[in-house]
This record gives sequence, C-alpha cells and structure tokens, in this order.
Amino acid sequence: MNAIQLTNVSKQYQSGDQSTLALDNVTLTIPMGKLSMLVGPSGCGKTTLISVASGILTPTSGEVVTLGYPLSTLSDTQKVTFRRQHIGFIFQQFNLLSSLTAAENAAMPLVASGVPLHKATQQAITLLNDLGMGAHCHKLPRQLSGGQQQRVAIARSLVHEPDIIICDEPTASLDGKTGHDVMEILRHIANDPKRAVLIVSHDTRVFSFADHLVEMADGQMLTSTSN
Amino acid sequence: MSFNPHTLPPPPPTRIVIAMWSVALKMLLGDKAKYFGLVFGVTFASLLMGQQVSVFISLMTRTAGLIFDLTEADIWVMDQRVRYIDEAEPIRDIDLSVVRSIQGVEWAVPFYKGVATVRQANGLSQVVVLVGVDDISLVGLATDTILGKATVITQPQTAMMDKNGYKFMWPNTPFEIGKELEINDNRLVINAICNAAPTLTTYPTLYVSYSTVTQLFPQSRNKLPFIVVKVAKSESVQDVANRIQKETGLQALSRIEFAWRSINYFATRTGIPINFGITVFLGVLIGAAITAQTFYLFIVENLKQFAAMKAFGFTNAQLFQLVAFQALFVGVIGYSLGMGLTALFIRSVANVPAFRGLTLHWQVVAGAATMITLIILLSILVSLLKVFRADPAMVFRG
Repeated sequence: MNAIQLTNVSKQYQSGDQSTLALDNVTLTIPMGKLSMLVGPSGCGKTTLISVASGILTPTSGEVVTLGYPLSTLSDTQKVTFRRQHIGFIFQQFNLLSSLTAAENAAMPLVASGVPLHKATQQAITLLNDLGMGAHCHKLPRQLSGGQQQRVAIARSLVHEPDIIICDEPTASLDGKTGHDVMEILRHIANDPKRAVLIVSHDTRVFSFADHLVEMADGQMLTSTSN
Repeated sequence: MSFNPHTLPPPPPTRIVIAMWSVALKMLLGDKAKYFGLVFGVTFASLLMGQQVSVFISLMTRTAGLIFDLTEADIWVMDQRVRYIDEAEPIRDIDLSVVRSIQGVEWAVPFYKGVATVRQANGLSQVVVLVGVDDISLVGLATDTILGKATVITQPQTAMMDKNGYKFMWPNTPFEIGKELEINDNRLVINAICNAAPTLTTYPTLYVSYSTVTQLFPQSRNKLPFIVVKVAKSESVQDVANRIQKETGLQALSRIEFAWRSINYFATRTGIPINFGITVFLGVLIGAAITAQTFYLFIVENLKQFAAMKAFGFTNAQLFQLVAFQALFVGVIGYSLGMGLTALFIRSVANVPAFRGLTLHWQVVAGAATMITLIILLSILVSLLKVFRADPAMVFRG
C-alpha cells in the first residue's frame, strides 16, 4: 500500500477578489519504506502539498488517499484523530513549547492521546536516548542548540509511532554539519518498510538522501525520480 | 492500516483532561514574568474590590450604627419628615403618652440623638454626638464599659463617653473618670467610659439620661426626636407601626426599615457611593485590562506552538482545557491573594478608630469572586478565539 496517493489534486487560495493556484492538478504517489523528497523553489506549492496530504488543508479538487483512506470522507474531528494516530510532523522552526523540557516536548503527541505526562515523558526519554539526546532530556529548548532542538522535534514526530513522518524544511535552520546529521537520522527512520518519510526541502545538500525525488514548480509536479 | 473512521476512539477521557492540566501548568509557570503579571492583575482587582467595598459597607453601616445597636426596640417613631437618624425633628412630648396607649405597644421610651457643642476645661470647644436615653429603662445605652458603670448616667450632671471619643478629645491621656465638660453653661462630669458603635463622623459620643438632656437645653419647648417602641409578643411589628402612624400622625418604622432608610439616604444623597464606585470600577477595569492583555499576549506568543499542537492531533476541546485551566489557576491564586490581603488590611486596622467596624462580609467575598470570574472569562474568551482560529498550516510557513 502507498503511504499517500494524490490524484489530480488542485488547491486554490482565495483572498478577496484574488485567487492563487497553489497546486495545479498534481498526481503523486508517496511509497512506504522510502524517503521521499519534495523539492523546488519557494512558493512552488510544496508546503501546500504536505498540508493537503496530511489533512490539514482540504484540496479544491482531486482526491487524497492517505494510508489507503480517502481524506475527503473524514470530518474535521476525524482528520485530527487520524493525524494524531498516523502522522508525525517535523517543522522548520521546531515549534517546541518553551516552558517544557525536551522530554516533555517530545511527549506531546502521546499527551494528546491521553497518556499521562509522566508516562509519556518516560517513553520520550527512551526515544531521545536513541537519538543521542540522553543528556539533554530535562533541558528547556532555549538551553539546546538548533540541531538538538531538531532532534527533539524528530523524537516528538516518532514518539507515537506514526506511519508517516512529514518534514517541512528540517535542515533550513541548521548549519551544514548538523543538517547532515539530522538527515542521517531521517534516512534511518525511512528504512522501516512500514513507515514513509516525506520531506519538503529546497536545500540542495540534502537531495542525495532521497529515495524518491519529486520536483515541483508553480504548483505543478515537474519530475518524479526514484533512486 | 489500523485507522477506521467508523470506529473512532471514544471522546477524550478524564485522563486526557489531567494530562492537559499538567501541560497547562508547566506552560503557565514556565513564563514567570507573564505568570506574575497575570496573578498581579487578578490580585490587584480582588484587593481593590474587597477593600474598597468593605470600607464602603462599613461607612454606610456606621450611618445607622445606633439604630442597629438598639436591639431592644422594634419600632422607631419620629416626625414624618425625618429621612435619617441625624435629621432629628422634635416631636411633642405628649406623643410619648399617646404611643404608650396604643394597642400592641409593650413599652415606649424617649430617645434623644443630636449634636451639641461642649467646652472643655481648657476653654476649647468640641462638637459631640449627644445620646439621651430613658432614665428608668436606659434603653439605647451602651453597656460595654471599660471604666465606671453605665448606670452612673442616671445621676444628675453625669455622662458616659465612648472610648474613641475620649482618645479624640484627650489624646495620649490614660482613661480616667471625673473629667468635666460644659454644655450650655451646664456642668457635665464624665463618670464612665465605654465601647460604642462607630458613627459616620469621628465626633465623641456622650451618653446622658433623657432628663439630663432636658436640663441641658431648657429653652426649647419640644426636644424629643425619637420614641423607641417594644412591640408585644402577640402583635406584628408592621401592624403596631401602622396603628402608631394612624393614631399620632407620626412616622413609625421598624428598626431595620429605619436603618435602611438612613443608609439609603447617605447612599443616594451623598457622593460617598460614587467615589467608592469609581475606585472599585477603576480597580476592576485595570485588573481586567492587565489580566486580559497579559493573557492575550501569552496566547499570541505561543500561537504557533498551539497551531503545531493542533497539527499533531490536539483538538480544540483539549486546547480549551489547557487555556481554561491556566486562567482558572491564575484566577484562584490571584483572587485568594487579593482576598487574603484584604483580610490582612482589615485585621491590621482593627484598632484604628477611623476603621472601627470594618468587616469582610461574605457578600463581598462572593461578589469579588463573581467579578474575578467575569474578568477571567473575558480574558480567555478573546484568547480562545485566537487559539480556535489558529490554522495548523501556519506552522509550515517558516
């Protein structure tokens, strides 16, 4: 089964009298067990695509089937539950809660499912240890470097064992070495055949990590290459 | 895949609520500056409401202190034009006998309350509140003496003064009996000192017998301002009051009615309520502004994090719990501190004459709690709208 299947998907934003076509008839398949990468210049529709694929945005037309289920048939509440159970997110700006420790931040998706904070934190600590962050579990985000914060964000995206990891420019706020380390981790995660990793990036240094490279421009898919 | 939208998990159980509260508390306490700002806002509003309203109630109660204290009497009889206790219009002495003859009246005695100017031994003058009670029954006489006996006022040219009045007239002087005063060229000896109900003014209160009053002001024909009446047990106060009004043409009010009439007079005819009202209003306004603005900023600064939480599966209901718990926590802490400080203030001024009778009534505590709840609701209402409208997609926008 494919992780994500987009068929003739378009997304139009309306602002007053002006409309912008962010996705223009995109058909795309994101397979399981692979690291897929969406690349292209800013404003080409990458972010809109991952928002649509994860059920955060609803497409104007076309069909999105994620993990075998058409998202258009889900209510907003069902989409939230779907994301909570099956999708992990990694953001460019990490978006960690400043008052919570690294472990507590990583535990958030479990808390959303009702796991008590202390239990969820224990699970997150195990994961942070695996990511080489054992010594930093109880530090606040401001006490961590950018690379360390992104590792916390990776742990947060994995703690509830989702099927799909969606990453938005995960290396954009990091230096070359740290970005490379983060990509190594994501590469390792994608080796799991029951998991798909979808990365949006315009950082050419990380393209070589992709199993599947999708190039976009002006809301359209230009090329789709598998390594 | 395991997900089936038709067999979605049940609504969030209680454990989700508890988990959200843990996160809410950590988020709130993690930003110390904002946390203290929020608590300060609520504390400030609570303190101003509690303290100012208590002082106001105390002042208003003082206007009717004498009436409240005269618990033996059920009815006050006075001239029709009297609107409050300090507005004493003399009635005819014969009316006392008429009232005594009315069915349902167990007893009726004269009661004098007026102001007089006394001259001290050193020649200085001082305005005092003069209370004249019935020579036989002594109804209306303060009985809590700290020096001498209250009954001493039945002797000629003898008076009892309230403790704070004594301190006011002879500051830094130990309490002693035998001090002499002069009213209308009549000598008056203070042979007892007592605790008395506080009055609106800080004038000393002099207790004398009614016959002493008549000797102090011999030139005026009518001196009697009030008759206080005890109603027979088998009769209703209202019925007897109606009979007195009908028979005498005077105004007859129950004790509580007259007390409220006095309070209402001061509440509606003086600037006291407006001034206190403005202070309380400003306190509420400033407290609400500080709380609402700080809370709003707190939410706005974390908006992207809230959007991220929505992206990875937090529902609006869960975020509501988070924000509401934070607001509730701040509200409870701030309100408790505010009321605690109010109680501390009242306790610390317990011995200050100007604040005598100051009490924190449960109605004030409940009223302040209601206002703080409204402030908190207002604060979270605006903030929650922002959270609910936060688009999870915004976290992808760099």
